[in-house]
Amino acid sequence: MSATVEKILTEEMVAEITALFPRYPTKQAVVLPALHVVNDQLRHVPLEAIVEIAQLLDLAPSQVQDTLSFYGMFKQDRPHGKVRAWVCRSISCMLRGGEEVLEHMCHQAGVRPGETTNDGNLTIEFAECLGACEYAPCMLEGKNLHRNLTKETAENFVKETMS
Amino acid sequence: MPQRPEPVLLANVGKPDSWTLRVYEQTGGYQALRKAVKEMTPVQVIDVVKASGLRGRGGAGFPTGLKWTFLPKDHPGPIYMCINADESEPGTFNNRILMEDDPHQVIEGIILSCYATRATTAYLYLRYEYPLCWDRLQAAIDECYAKNYLGKNILGSDFSLDIFLHRGAAAYICGEETGLIESLEGKRAWPRIKPPFPAVEGAFRKPTVVNNIETVACVKHIVGRGADWFKSMGVPPDPTNPRDAGSYGPKLYCLSGHVNRPGCYEAPLGITCRELIDEFGGGVWKGRKGKAAIPGGISMGLLAEQEFDTPLDFNALGKVGCMGLGTAAVVVMDESTSMVDFLYNSCRFFQHESCGQCTPCREGTAWSLRMLERIRHGNGRLRDLDLLLEIGDTIGIIPGTTICGLADGAAWPIKNAIRKFREEFENYIKNTNPTGYMVTEPVPALVQLAAH
Repeated sequence: MSATVEKILTEEMVAEITALFPRYPTKQAVVLPALHVVNDQLRHVPLEAIVEIAQLLDLAPSQVQDTLSFYGMFKQDRPHGKVRAWVCRSISCMLRGGEEVLEHMCHQAGVRPGETTNDGNLTIEFAECLGACEYAPCMLEGKNLHRNLTKETAENFVKETMS
Repeated sequence: MPQRPEPVLLANVGKPDSWTLRVYEQTGGYQALRKAVKEMTPVQVIDVVKASGLRGRGGAGFPTGLKWTFLPKDHPGPIYMCINADESEPGTFNNRILMEDDPHQVIEGIILSCYATRATTAYLYLRYEYPLCWDRLQAAIDECYAKNYLGKNILGSDFSLDIFLHRGAAAYICGEETGLIESLEGKRAWPRIKPPFPAVEGAFRKPTVVNNIETVACVKHIVGRGADWFKSMGVPPDPTNPRDAGSYGPKLYCLSGHVNRPGCYEAPLGITCRELIDEFGGGVWKGRKGKAAIPGGISMGLLAEQEFDTPLDFNALGKVGCMGLGTAAVVVMDESTSMVDFLYNSCRFFQHESCGQCTPCREGTAWSLRMLERIRHGNGRLRDLDLLLEIGDTIGIIPGTTICGLADGAAWPIKNAIRKFREEFENYIKNTNPTGYMVTEPVPALVQLAAH
């Protein structure tokens, strides 16, 4: 019995990935960029996408999975929230209250770092240094860097995101 | 306050539209590139960089010109340049400032470095956490292609170059040069055993140079202003240390933590930690006294307050028990800071970021974190301190048990914090666990088994 399996990667994603081939001498070098293309669109990289990426890059799916599983930022079982906020807990942020901010946000949202709120709106992550130590404590949300966070500003952010 | 030279690397930072080609060219941008491709051979560029005494700004401080000469002569190519923009060392953000506010300075430095090394493709490996850098660098690269600063036959010469941005995915180890190469090739970022060194066999098994963002920015100014200008500031070699090659040129110092004015400041190499904190940082915040400072990113160790007059150069920090200058990112801690908390934070970082390839690092970082957790939760024993020191002395490249230096980076804060603040650790343990015995806690998995 053969069934038509629906593809995970859209034509646009495939075009975006294959457009990167001339940049590198091997197709394997496109693994990370390809994972980013999929993650940017789907907010996670499901196993089916791994198989399709592997086909595109002439690799075994296990090779792509091996790379993916090393990096902290790709989720597989389900998408991260519409908003993904990385709160820095590294030394400069810790010294200025970053850990308390992270804990406060998680408590307010009812999640642990890495988890997504039930409404699917917000994922809170800890970051091992965002490289914005002069603005400690800070948080990266999409392309926005939230600087000099306080419990109040963080609380407002969670409220607005979850509503 | 002694007179400090005008900033050079940060000269454009803060100006309106400083990231555009228009502003960059108004301030003499791409003149060094014109000079190099029209008047200098690649060997002459290498020679001027060697003569300047420039040492890599990424952490290790290896002489840049010398690194370039390790490339095989008359190689048919291709030769690759990898630009390491994956700075993830806690406390460090100088590369971000350069890429965000003056991307053309960085790109001109990359083009000059590629011209010198005859590299035809440069990959700029940018950490995921810097989305604004990505946008500004990509826009700047596009502007360069339009003006023939990049592409085929740059400015009418026979030199051609492509620069591609490559996005990382939140892993500290990608800042290690061979880890970066593995990651660029699409694999997990496991550092490689050396030799072969990247100069002989690097990215895609071809000769490769890996340079840091600030390093290539310095190359631009060395070509433009000459080696003598660069050598006019800094610290000459230490005659008592045959391995010290001197610390020359301007340096970007990142200042954060408990100071009044955190930020990225430019000063000649050799400024002391205290000068940096007081003159640039406006002193320790809230009118408090300083207690300790990380001199160059978390992996370099710790300075106690009485060591704040140590010059921040490539040589002097080794004399006070630190690993080195690192990225020159100074994180200040005031008198209210708990060294137990500091060390816990540091151990947690390295445990999380160990790539797991070498057992001493994987197990050592995890073990030290478990001990710090125990101490923090009031279950510490005095002998834990000696055990921690033993771990610190037995993991890393320096005793020769790991492939890369991450374990050394994990070990140095342990060694420094416990040796320099031992009394505080002992008091903490004695006060929170007076009996000195470990309180045994039920292991959750066993409890579950017993319940069934």
